[in-house]
Amino acid sequence: MPVFHKTKVLTDVPMHYCPGCTHGVVHRLVAECLEELGVAGKTIGVAPVGCAVFAYNYFNLDMAEAAHGRAPAMATGIKRVRPECVVFAYQGDGDLASIGAAETVHAAARGENITVIFINNGIYGMTGGQMAPTTLIGAKATTCPYGRDPKVNGYPVRVSEMLAQLDGPSYIARVSTHNARAVLDAKKHIRRAFEKQIEGKGFALVEVLTGCPTNWAMSPVDALKYVEEQVIPYYPLGVYKDTDKEVR
Amino acid sequence: MPKAKIKKEVCKGCGLCVVNCPKKILKLTEREINAMGYNYCQVSDPEACIGCAMCAAICPDCAIDVD
Ligand SMILES: Cc1ncc(C[n+]2csc(CCOP(=O)(O)OP(=O)(O)O)c2C)c(N)n1
Ligand code: SF4
Ligand code: SF4
Ligand code: SF4
Repeated sequence: MPVFHKTKVLTDVPMHYCPGCTHGVVHRLVAECLEELGVAGKTIGVAPVGCAVFAYNYFNLDMAEAAHGRAPAMATGIKRVRPECVVFAYQGDGDLASIGAAETVHAAARGENITVIFINNGIYGMTGGQMAPTTLIGAKATTCPYGRDPKVNGYPVRVSEMLAQLDGPSYIARVSTHNARAVLDAKKHIRRAFEKQIEGKGFALVEVLTGCPTNWAMSPVDALKYVEEQVIPYYPLGVYKDTDKEVR
Repeated sequence: MPKAKIKKEVCKGCGLCVVNCPKKILKLTEREINAMGYNYCQVSDPEACIGCAMCAAICPDCAIDVD
């Protein structure tokens, strides 16, 4: 029996992501979870604006493409007219936490029965490395070339902690892709976030820490080392909300 | 025992599998490149592979099968 073969829920289209960008890892985890849960045939994904804009080419699923930041609103509409479908939004941190902050917060507050996969790479990847709401203090970006200064740029937003304060969400967790072990753990939480929707329990979001080797100007290996050593201390991993269990 | 097999033409030479292999048997080519222009990954000592699939878990491009 094969130990690992590429899931059929991904297409064979080569992903355009830069070498070592873990967007590809997260696509695979989502696809594997949907396959294992046996719901791929009735799943509709919503792609964002950002590096994952072509996600609809990579998932072997029905997909829609939302305007920048609007994926949770679009997913809300799709889920409400097709409640029998599994509906997810896949979004970066510029998309979800800046231009789409309102859509995110209100979809969560309404407890919309959708799943959101949130890629936190601390930067606007697609547009060439501008500061994101999640950029760490001191980290450089094209719009903060000397490093993020809280006096000028304010503080990074911890999205999972923020959304976990709301009554709407059923599940909020932060995971990472900095090594193979972390990836295996990430998959369990992504799976749980889809199970919550299937069980009708309401809004579930998994924040996934990834690297952006290109705009961080690091090798892929160094970028993931940076995630482990610098990013996780500011964005601790764990389950922030689970309506089925006591957390924290 | 299942073994890792690299799909050379899919590999982008990122090196993430190289550092995640517990047996340290994955190596990137130094000179040869694939059609995309990347140095690609090779299993330097297939006998030593334990089929753990840690390489496949971290590969962003599904360039590794373990079977
Ligand atoms: C309405 C609108 N405003 C701005 C843009 C430009 N834009 C494209 S992608 C992007 C940010 C993407 O960053 P992020 O969501 O972090 O995703 P990443 O590329 O890092 O995966 C911006 C600002 C746009 N396409 N549409
Ligand atoms: S720019 Fe960054 S986020 Fe976008 S594909 Fe490249 S490494 Fe990934
Ligand atoms: S299966 Fe395990 S031992 Fe074999 S190459 Fe991959 S990581 Fe190394
Ligand atoms: S992780 Fe995948 S793409 Fe990166 S070097 Fe290894 S086989 Fe190639």
